[in-house]
Amino acid sequence: MGDRRATPRTALPAASFGAASVDIYAPQWRNFIFVAPFLFFFTTLLLVPLFWGMWLSFHKADTFSSGNFVGFGNYIRLFHDKVFLQSVWNTFYFVLLTVPTLALIGLFLALCLNRRTRTAAVLRTLFFSSSVLSVTIVTLIWRIVFIPNVGLLSTIYGWFGATAPAFISDPSLAMIGIAIATVWWCIGLPMMLFLSALQQIPQDIYEAAALDNANRWQTLRSITLPSIKRTFVLVVIVQIVLQFQLCGQAWLMTRGGPNNLTKPIVLYIYDTAFRRWDLGMGAAASEVLFILILMAAMAQYLVTRNKAGQA
Amino acid sequence: MTADIEIRNVSKHFGAMMVLDDLSLSIKAREFIVFLGPSGCGKSTLLRMIAGLETVDTGEIAINNERIDHLPPGKRGIAMVFQSYALYPHMSVRDNMAFGLENIGMPRDVIDARIKESARILEMEHLLERKPGQLSGGQRQRVAIGRAIVKEPKAFLFDEPLSNLDAALRTRTRIELAQLHQRLQSTMIFVTHDQIEAMTLADRIVVMNNRKIEQIGSPMEIYDRPATKFVAGFVGAPAMNFVEATLDRSSRNATARFADGVSVHTEIASNQTIDGKCTFGIRSEDVRIVAAGQGNADGVVDVLERLGERTLVYARLGDGQQIVGSDVGNSRVAVGDKVGLAFDGRKSHLFGETGRAWHAREV
Repeated sequence: MGDRRATPRTALPAASFGAASVDIYAPQWRNFIFVAPFLFFFTTLLLVPLFWGMWLSFHKADTFSSGNFVGFGNYIRLFHDKVFLQSVWNTFYFVLLTVPTLALIGLFLALCLNRRTRTAAVLRTLFFSSSVLSVTIVTLIWRIVFIPNVGLLSTIYGWFGATAPAFISDPSLAMIGIAIATVWWCIGLPMMLFLSALQQIPQDIYEAAALDNANRWQTLRSITLPSIKRTFVLVVIVQIVLQFQLCGQAWLMTRGGPNNLTKPIVLYIYDTAFRRWDLGMGAAASEVLFILILMAAMAQYLVTRNKAGQA
Repeated sequence: MTADIEIRNVSKHFGAMMVLDDLSLSIKAREFIVFLGPSGCGKSTLLRMIAGLETVDTGEIAINNERIDHLPPGKRGIAMVFQSYALYPHMSVRDNMAFGLENIGMPRDVIDARIKESARILEMEHLLERKPGQLSGGQRQRVAIGRAIVKEPKAFLFDEPLSNLDAALRTRTRIELAQLHQRLQSTMIFVTHDQIEAMTLADRIVVMNNRKIEQIGSPMEIYDRPATKFVAGFVGAPAMNFVEATLDRSSRNATARFADGVSVHTEIASNQTIDGKCTFGIRSEDVRIVAAGQGNADGVVDVLERLGERTLVYARLGDGQQIVGSDVGNSRVAVGDKVGLAFDGRKSHLFGETGRAWHAREV
């Protein structure tokens, strides 16, 4: 870029041609108009709330006033609140249940459906179609599946004379039930990301592997998986960020129950800020969630980068 | 290790499109065979069928009298070098070379010894720990060849391996490949559309066109006695001159008469040829530039190409046809000059309407 810019400036003096040469790389301020709408919404809907949230978390605030500065008071109260600690654990548990499952099932589906057949195309559409549904529909479907006595699961178990697990009401199964619904809902994106990564792998590498006597397993382990490593990291990071924000499914399926065992951080924030009107503490919980997501994504990135560096 | 390769009545379709039509070919052990032809003639498909990367619709392929067309690629005992090199990008050079041997459970010390020997032959010991992304095009090509050598295959297959290299490196690698063949004494099959690669490397060239083999022969056979008009036009640079003519078969040797009355006495036996229209063909080096009126025909110089050791003269005949002749390197001919063109009847060729060629008795 630097060289290209230099060329017209080192040419003969402009005066000898009677006109100044035009530097086509010079900044054109009118181009700012094109990014202005984005910058406006980015600033008002993202940057301002981000810093406002931080500011609120250090104040005793309710809906009508921003109140006094309390330093880390909100954070101290937060970490003494057993419900908050429970919601942090619940969120981690949910992320642990969903993210590896989404990554592995997404990869498996992509590997199975990465072929140019009509059946594969139909199945790809089918698996992706759940992603376009709203959380309300998804939870409604899964409530119909899980509902005791008359639900789909109960009916199927009934055929074999067995009792279906109580995914909505059993304290040890409720989060697993939400995770199942979430995996069903969100599987489309990881599958598509893996599919696009698989289609980027040059075919001749597979041909070379075939000539190198590699069987299916050796090809998968030594060629395919290393080739899509970056996409795997991307899928895991994206899913960590998304699943940490669990809210709708938990609210609509279990209302955070039984006994707060499925209450995630986002639901805690909602309860605190908009049902108990403790905006300062809600903002503090939001900041904690923000830091947790940031740390999880960074940790994943750093671990993978180090491994790649050693390889 | 080396191998005879026998291809018998092989055909191949992609959907409704036929890409190879009933081809048969015998390749002798230790032979360097080049498949030469334009894009889409089926030469790469034939190579990939030998490798096992494409299925054979009909016919059979055998190596050392053992049918192999039903075997998976890895079980055929052959190694292939791809145009794009097809190196595993996440593996080091050493791992790229070891991968095929590890897959068949070869002991580590044998693998290490083979890699060391191949790296020594190809002078790339210093590259073994690098990844393909850290190598230049030429170095990647070496690694791809090294990966083939370590397998000690019965035959090497090369699919346009020099196409991605720059001109200088291509020439160097071409010479190295010829040396490698002499050293390894393996059967090698090389696919290219570059006639210089074919002429310089091959023991025999298989010229392919339009799903079929046009001619199989040594480079000089192909050059001097092309079996068809296609071969005559495809091999040689500049391309052979072709002039529409009628044949006078009244004397022992045929005479070609051009539309503007020019006659060329050939040394092609009249009784070999058939009556009717034909195409007269002659290579540029067999058309000497002489003073106007002194040759078989006169022409006006359109273009000059000075190649150093000789000058190519593009002259236009009275009827508008262009003939390329050859003059000395420091030729004084200039564009627009009227020159004479002297055709060497002993080196001329005639082509019938079907494309079939007739040549002089002795060339």
